[in-house]
Amino acid sequence: MLVSVYRYNPEKDLKPYMQDVEVELPEGKDLMVLDVLQLVKDEDDSVSYRRSCREGVCGSDGINMNGKNGLACITPVSTIIKNNKLVLRPLPGLPVVRDLVVDMGAFYKQYEKIKPYLQNDEPAPAIERLQSPEDRAKLDGLYECILCACCTTSCPSFWWNPDKFVGPAGLLQAYRFLADSRDTYTDERLADLEDPFSVFRCRGIMNCVAVCPKGLNPTKAIGHIRSMLMERAT
Amino acid sequence: MVTNVTSFGRSGLSDWLVQRVSAVFLLLYVLFLVYVFISKPDMQFQEWQALFANNAVRIFSLIALLSLCAHAWIGMWTIATDYLTTRMLGATANKIRFIFELLCLIALFVYLVWGVQILWSI
Repeated sequence: MLVSVYRYNPEKDLKPYMQDVEVELPEGKDLMVLDVLQLVKDEDDSVSYRRSCREGVCGSDGINMNGKNGLACITPVSTIIKNNKLVLRPLPGLPVVRDLVVDMGAFYKQYEKIKPYLQNDEPAPAIERLQSPEDRAKLDGLYECILCACCTTSCPSFWWNPDKFVGPAGLLQAYRFLADSRDTYTDERLADLEDPFSVFRCRGIMNCVAVCPKGLNPTKAIGHIRSMLMERAT
Repeated sequence: MVTNVTSFGRSGLSDWLVQRVSAVFLLLYVLFLVYVFISKPDMQFQEWQALFANNAVRIFSLIALLSLCAHAWIGMWTIATDYLTTRMLGATANKIRFIFELLCLIALFVYLVWGVQILWSI
Protein backbone atom coordinates (compact mmCIF):
# COMPACT_ATOMS: atom_id res chain seq x y z
CA MET A 1 0.00 0.00 0.00
CA LEU A 2 1.20 3.49 -0.82
CA VAL A 3 1.24 5.87 2.14
CA SER A 4 1.65 9.56 1.37
CA VAL A 5 2.71 11.51 4.46
CA TYR A 6 2.76 15.27 4.93
CA ARG A 7 6.31 16.28 5.86
CA TYR A 8 7.47 19.61 7.19
CA ASN A 9 10.42 20.38 9.40
CA PRO A 10 10.59 24.18 9.79
CA GLU A 11 14.28 23.96 10.69
CA LYS A 12 15.17 22.26 7.38
CA ASP A 13 12.35 22.60 4.85
CA LEU A 14 11.40 25.81 3.07
CA LYS A 15 7.87 24.49 2.57
CA PRO A 16 5.86 21.35 3.29
CA TYR A 17 5.89 18.39 0.88
CA MET A 18 4.29 14.94 0.61
CA GLN A 19 6.55 11.92 1.06
CA ASP A 20 5.45 8.61 -0.52
CA VAL A 21 6.32 5.46 1.37
CA GLU A 22 5.49 1.92 0.18
CA VAL A 23 4.32 -0.18 3.13
CA GLU A 24 3.81 -3.96 3.24
CA LEU A 25 0.61 -4.78 5.13
CA PRO A 26 0.48 -8.17 6.87
CA GLU A 27 -1.91 -10.66 5.20
CA GLY A 28 -5.33 -11.23 6.75
CA LYS A 29 -5.08 -8.38 9.22
CA ASP A 30 -6.83 -5.01 9.23
CA LEU A 31 -4.34 -2.61 10.77
CA MET A 32 -5.22 0.68 12.41
CA VAL A 33 -3.78 3.80 10.77
CA LEU A 34 -1.51 4.30 13.80
CA ASP A 35 0.05 0.87 13.12
CA VAL A 36 0.64 1.94 9.51
CA LEU A 37 2.33 5.11 10.80
CA GLN A 38 4.62 2.91 12.88
CA LEU A 39 5.49 0.92 9.71
CA VAL A 40 6.24 4.24 7.98
CA LYS A 41 8.44 5.25 10.90
CA ASP A 42 10.31 1.93 10.55
CA GLU A 43 11.16 3.03 6.99
CA ASP A 44 12.01 6.63 7.90
CA ASP A 45 12.39 7.39 11.59
CA SER A 46 12.32 11.17 11.11
CA VAL A 47 8.50 11.11 10.68
CA SER A 48 6.89 12.86 13.68
CA TYR A 49 3.42 12.34 15.12
CA ARG A 50 1.77 12.38 18.53
CA ARG A 51 0.49 9.20 20.14
CA SER A 52 -0.05 7.89 23.62
CA CYS A 53 -2.74 5.43 24.69
CA ARG A 54 -3.28 3.85 21.24
CA GLU A 55 -6.90 2.99 22.13
CA GLY A 56 -8.91 6.15 21.47
CA VAL A 57 -8.90 7.50 25.01
CA CYS A 58 -6.14 10.12 25.16
CA GLY A 59 -6.95 12.01 21.94
CA SER A 60 -3.30 12.59 20.98
CA ASP A 61 -3.26 11.12 17.49
CA GLY A 62 -5.96 13.16 15.77
CA ILE A 63 -4.87 13.47 12.12
CA ASN A 64 -6.41 13.90 8.69
CA MET A 65 -6.64 10.52 6.91
CA ASN A 66 -7.65 10.50 3.23
CA GLY A 67 -9.35 13.85 3.78
CA LYS A 68 -11.23 12.99 6.97
CA ASN A 69 -10.20 13.85 10.52
CA GLY A 70 -10.08 11.06 13.06
CA LEU A 71 -8.00 9.21 15.62
CA ALA A 72 -5.33 7.14 13.87
CA CYS A 73 -5.37 4.50 16.62
CA ILE A 74 -9.03 3.50 16.24
CA THR A 75 -9.45 4.00 12.47
CA PRO A 76 -9.09 0.70 10.59
CA VAL A 77 -7.27 1.16 7.28
CA SER A 78 -10.05 -0.75 5.46
CA THR A 79 -12.64 1.92 6.34
CA ILE A 80 -10.83 4.84 4.72
CA ILE A 81 -8.56 3.37 2.03
CA LYS A 82 -9.07 4.70 -1.50
CA ASN A 83 -7.32 3.14 -4.57
CA ASN A 84 -4.90 1.33 -2.26
CA LYS A 85 -3.54 4.71 -1.16
CA LEU A 86 -3.50 6.39 2.24
CA VAL A 87 -2.87 10.14 2.47
CA LEU A 88 -1.96 11.36 5.96
CA ARG A 89 -1.97 15.05 6.79
CA PRO A 90 -1.96 17.05 10.04
CA LEU A 91 -5.27 18.37 11.39
CA PRO A 92 -6.25 21.31 9.15
CA GLY A 93 -6.51 24.89 10.40
CA LEU A 94 -3.81 24.76 13.08
CA PRO A 95 -0.14 25.73 12.63
CA VAL A 96 2.13 22.76 11.95
CA VAL A 97 4.96 22.26 14.45
CA ARG A 98 6.46 19.38 12.50
CA ASP A 99 5.07 16.72 10.12
CA LEU A 100 1.77 15.52 11.65
CA VAL A 101 2.20 17.47 14.89
CA VAL A 102 0.14 20.66 15.16
CA ASP A 103 0.18 23.53 17.64
CA MET A 104 -3.07 23.10 19.60
CA GLY A 105 -2.74 26.52 21.30
CA ALA A 106 -5.66 28.19 19.49
CA PHE A 107 -7.87 25.17 20.28
CA TYR A 108 -7.03 25.17 23.99
CA LYS A 109 -7.48 28.94 24.20
CA GLN A 110 -11.09 28.60 23.03
CA TYR A 111 -11.61 25.74 25.47
CA GLU A 112 -10.28 27.90 28.31
CA LYS A 113 -12.63 30.72 27.27
CA ILE A 114 -15.78 28.75 28.11
CA LYS A 115 -14.54 28.20 31.71
CA PRO A 116 -14.57 24.39 31.63
CA TYR A 117 -15.01 23.83 35.35
CA LEU A 118 -17.88 23.73 37.80
CA GLN A 119 -18.78 27.15 39.23
CA ASN A 120 -21.08 27.30 42.22
CA ASP A 121 -21.47 30.23 44.61
CA GLU A 122 -23.54 28.37 47.21
CA PRO A 123 -21.78 27.17 50.40
CA ALA A 124 -20.20 23.79 49.86
CA PRO A 125 -22.05 20.93 51.62
CA ALA A 126 -20.22 18.78 54.16
CA ILE A 127 -19.64 15.85 51.82
CA GLU A 128 -20.52 16.51 48.18
CA ARG A 129 -22.97 18.27 45.89
CA LEU A 130 -25.62 15.69 45.09
CA GLN A 131 -27.26 15.28 41.73
CA SER A 132 -30.37 13.29 40.81
CA PRO A 133 -29.90 10.44 38.30
CA GLU A 134 -32.09 12.43 35.86
CA ASP A 135 -29.86 15.51 36.11
CA ARG A 136 -26.78 13.33 35.78
CA ALA A 137 -28.24 11.79 32.61
CA LYS A 138 -28.30 15.25 31.01
CA LEU A 139 -24.49 15.15 30.87
CA ASP A 140 -24.40 11.97 28.78
CA GLY A 141 -23.11 12.65 25.28
CA LEU A 142 -21.27 15.73 26.59
CA TYR A 143 -18.71 14.64 29.21
CA GLU A 144 -17.20 11.93 26.98
CA CYS A 145 -15.28 14.45 24.84
CA ILE A 146 -11.51 13.79 24.91
CA LEU A 147 -10.50 17.11 23.28
CA CYS A 148 -8.76 15.48 20.31
CA ALA A 149 -9.71 18.53 18.15
CA CYS A 150 -10.92 16.40 15.23
CA CYS A 151 -14.27 18.26 15.18
CA THR A 152 -13.01 21.80 15.67
CA THR A 153 -10.32 21.46 12.99
CA SER A 154 -12.86 20.12 10.48
CA CYS A 155 -15.04 23.21 10.95
CA PRO A 156 -14.64 25.97 8.31
CA SER A 157 -16.00 28.57 10.76
CA PHE A 158 -13.07 27.74 13.04
CA TRP A 159 -10.61 27.88 10.11
CA TRP A 160 -11.77 31.43 9.26
CA ASN A 161 -12.09 32.74 12.84
CA PRO A 162 -10.02 30.56 15.21
CA ASP A 163 -9.55 33.54 17.54
CA LYS A 164 -13.27 34.37 17.78
CA PHE A 165 -15.38 31.24 17.19
CA VAL A 166 -15.25 28.83 20.14
CA GLY A 167 -15.60 25.80 17.86
CA PRO A 168 -17.61 22.58 18.28
CA ALA A 169 -15.42 20.98 20.99
CA GLY A 170 -15.46 24.11 23.16
CA LEU A 171 -19.19 24.58 22.66
CA LEU A 172 -19.94 20.95 23.53
CA GLN A 173 -18.12 21.57 26.82
CA ALA A 174 -19.84 24.94 27.26
CA TYR A 175 -23.16 23.11 27.11
CA ARG A 176 -21.84 20.38 29.41
CA PHE A 177 -21.54 23.04 32.17
CA LEU A 178 -24.73 24.89 31.18
CA ALA A 179 -26.62 21.61 31.54
CA ASP A 180 -25.04 20.70 34.87
CA SER A 181 -27.53 21.08 37.75
CA ARG A 182 -24.65 21.79 40.17
CA ASP A 183 -23.39 24.83 38.22
CA THR A 184 -24.98 28.15 39.26
CA TYR A 185 -23.25 30.44 36.75
CA THR A 186 -25.60 29.65 33.85
CA ASP A 187 -26.52 33.29 33.31
CA GLU A 188 -22.92 34.53 33.22
CA ARG A 189 -21.94 31.68 30.91
CA LEU A 190 -24.77 32.53 28.50
CA ALA A 191 -23.93 36.25 28.59
CA ASP A 192 -20.40 35.38 27.45
CA LEU A 193 -21.73 33.43 24.44
CA GLU A 194 -24.32 35.86 23.04
CA ASP A 195 -22.01 37.78 20.69
CA PRO A 196 -22.03 37.23 16.89
CA PHE A 197 -18.96 34.97 16.90
CA SER A 198 -18.61 32.63 19.90
CA VAL A 199 -21.65 30.43 19.17
CA PHE A 200 -23.37 32.01 16.18
CA ARG A 201 -20.56 31.39 13.69
CA CYS A 202 -21.85 27.83 13.63
CA ARG A 203 -23.72 27.45 10.32
CA GLY A 204 -24.83 23.93 11.17
CA ILE A 205 -22.90 22.10 8.44
CA MET A 206 -22.24 19.27 10.92
CA ASN A 207 -18.68 18.36 9.89
CA CYS A 208 -18.08 18.02 13.63
CA VAL A 209 -20.71 15.31 13.96
CA ALA A 210 -19.38 13.49 10.89
CA VAL A 211 -15.83 13.20 12.25
CA CYS A 212 -16.20 12.83 16.04
CA PRO A 213 -14.38 9.59 16.94
CA LYS A 214 -16.46 9.28 20.10
CA GLY A 215 -19.77 9.62 18.22
CA LEU A 216 -20.75 12.85 19.99
CA ASN A 217 -23.01 15.55 18.56
CA PRO A 218 -21.69 19.12 19.03
CA THR A 219 -24.28 20.55 16.60
CA LYS A 220 -27.08 19.35 18.89
CA ALA A 221 -25.34 20.89 21.92
CA ILE A 222 -24.98 24.18 20.00
CA GLY A 223 -28.72 24.02 19.24
CA HIS A 224 -29.41 23.63 22.98
CA ILE A 225 -27.17 26.65 23.74
CA ARG A 226 -29.11 28.70 21.16
CA SER A 227 -32.40 27.67 22.79
CA MET A 228 -31.08 28.62 26.24
CA LEU A 229 -29.92 32.00 24.88
CA MET A 230 -33.40 32.53 23.40
CA GLU A 231 -35.09 31.56 26.67
CA ARG A 232 -32.89 34.00 28.55
CA ALA A 233 -33.39 36.91 26.16
CA THR A 234 -37.10 36.72 25.34
CA MET B 1 -17.54 37.71 24.60
CA VAL B 2 -16.33 38.92 21.21
CA THR B 3 -17.57 42.41 20.47
CA ASN B 4 -18.32 43.82 17.03
CA VAL B 5 -20.01 47.13 16.23
CA THR B 6 -20.76 46.47 12.56
CA SER B 7 -23.13 43.52 12.99
CA PHE B 8 -26.88 44.09 12.45
CA GLY B 9 -28.07 43.95 16.07
CA ARG B 10 -24.69 43.97 17.92
CA SER B 11 -25.73 40.56 19.23
CA GLY B 12 -25.32 37.13 17.66
CA LEU B 13 -28.66 36.06 19.07
CA SER B 14 -30.62 38.96 17.59
CA ASP B 15 -28.88 38.59 14.20
CA TRP B 16 -29.64 34.89 14.23
CA LEU B 17 -33.30 35.52 15.10
CA VAL B 18 -33.68 38.19 12.39
CA GLN B 19 -32.02 35.85 9.88
CA ARG B 20 -34.44 33.02 10.70
CA VAL B 21 -37.62 35.13 10.84
CA SER B 22 -36.77 37.03 7.63
CA ALA B 23 -36.12 33.67 5.91
CA VAL B 24 -39.64 32.53 6.85
CA PHE B 25 -41.19 35.73 5.44
CA LEU B 26 -39.18 35.35 2.23
CA LEU B 27 -40.31 31.74 1.89
CA LEU B 28 -43.96 32.76 2.37
CA TYR B 29 -43.58 35.51 -0.24
CA VAL B 30 -41.99 33.16 -2.76
CA LEU B 31 -44.77 30.60 -2.18
CA PHE B 32 -47.33 33.39 -2.69
CA LEU B 33 -45.73 34.41 -6.01
CA VAL B 34 -45.49 30.80 -7.18
CA TYR B 35 -49.16 30.32 -6.30
CA VAL B 36 -50.07 33.43 -8.33
CA PHE B 37 -48.09 32.22 -11.36
CA ILE B 38 -49.54 28.69 -11.21
CA SER B 39 -53.14 29.73 -10.59
CA LYS B 40 -53.16 32.24 -13.46
CA PRO B 41 -50.84 30.93 -16.18
CA ASP B 42 -52.15 33.38 -18.83
CA MET B 43 -52.10 36.51 -16.66
CA GLN B 44 -52.09 39.83 -18.46
CA PHE B 45 -50.61 43.19 -17.41
CA GLN B 46 -53.93 44.52 -16.09
CA GLU B 47 -54.34 41.65 -13.62
CA TRP B 48 -50.70 41.86 -12.55
CA GLN B 49 -51.07 45.58 -11.89
CA ALA B 50 -54.35 45.12 -10.00
CA LEU B 51 -52.71 42.51 -7.81
CA PHE B 52 -49.87 44.81 -6.77
CA ALA B 53 -52.16 47.82 -6.42
CA ASN B 54 -53.93 45.90 -3.65
CA ASN B 55 -52.81 47.34 -0.29
CA ALA B 56 -52.45 43.93 1.39
CA VAL B 57 -50.11 42.74 -1.38
CA ARG B 58 -48.20 46.01 -1.12
CA ILE B 59 -47.67 45.57 2.61
CA PHE B 60 -46.75 41.89 2.14
CA SER B 61 -44.24 42.93 -0.56
CA LEU B 62 -42.79 45.57 1.75
CA ILE B 63 -42.37 42.99 4.53
CA ALA B 64 -40.58 40.75 2.01
CA LEU B 65 -38.39 43.65 0.87
CA LEU B 66 -37.42 44.59 4.44
CA SER B 67 -36.78 40.93 5.21
CA LEU B 68 -34.58 40.65 2.13
CA CYS B 69 -32.53 43.70 3.12
CA ALA B 70 -32.01 42.52 6.73
CA HIS B 71 -31.29 38.96 5.61
CA ALA B 72 -28.82 40.13 2.96
CA TRP B 73 -27.04 42.49 5.35
CA ILE B 74 -26.51 39.79 7.98
CA GLY B 75 -25.38 37.36 5.29
CA MET B 76 -22.96 39.78 3.63
CA TRP B 77 -21.60 40.86 7.01
CA THR B 78 -20.98 37.21 7.89
CA ILE B 79 -19.21 36.57 4.56
CA ALA B 80 -17.09 39.71 5.03
CA THR B 81 -16.05 38.73 8.57
CA ASP B 82 -15.22 35.19 7.36
CA TYR B 83 -13.11 36.04 4.31
CA LEU B 84 -12.05 39.70 4.53
CA THR B 85 -9.96 39.37 7.67
CA THR B 86 -6.39 40.20 8.65
CA ARG B 87 -5.77 36.44 8.65
CA MET B 88 -6.66 36.24 4.95
CA LEU B 89 -5.62 39.64 3.59
CA GLY B 90 -3.07 41.08 5.97
CA ALA B 91 -2.97 44.39 7.78
CA THR B 92 -5.26 46.36 5.43
CA ALA B 93 -8.10 43.85 5.78
CA ASN B 94 -10.07 45.86 8.34
CA LYS B 95 -10.22 48.87 6.01
CA ILE B 96 -11.13 46.68 3.03
CA ARG B 97 -13.87 44.98 5.02
CA PHE B 98 -15.28 48.26 6.27
CA ILE B 99 -15.47 49.64 2.73
CA PHE B 100 -17.04 46.40 1.49
CA GLU B 101 -19.64 46.53 4.28
CA LEU B 102 -20.37 50.18 3.53
CA LEU B 103 -20.90 49.40 -0.17
CA CYS B 104 -23.27 46.54 0.74
CA LEU B 105 -25.17 48.83 3.09
CA ILE B 106 -25.51 51.59 0.48
CA ALA B 107 -26.64 49.10 -2.18
CA LEU B 108 -29.25 47.61 0.17
CA PHE B 109 -30.49 51.07 1.19
CA VAL B 110 -30.85 52.07 -2.48
CA TYR B 111 -32.77 48.85 -3.23
CA LEU B 112 -35.03 49.47 -0.24
CA VAL B 113 -35.93 53.07 -1.14
CA TRP B 114 -36.25 52.21 -4.81
CA GLY B 115 -38.41 49.17 -3.98
CA VAL B 116 -40.76 51.23 -1.80
CA GLN B 117 -41.02 53.79 -4.59
CA ILE B 118 -41.93 51.07 -7.12
CA LEU B 119 -44.47 49.42 -4.79
CA TRP B 120 -46.30 52.70 -4.06
CA SER B 121 -46.26 53.97 -7.63
CA ILE B 122 -48.35 51.10 -9.02
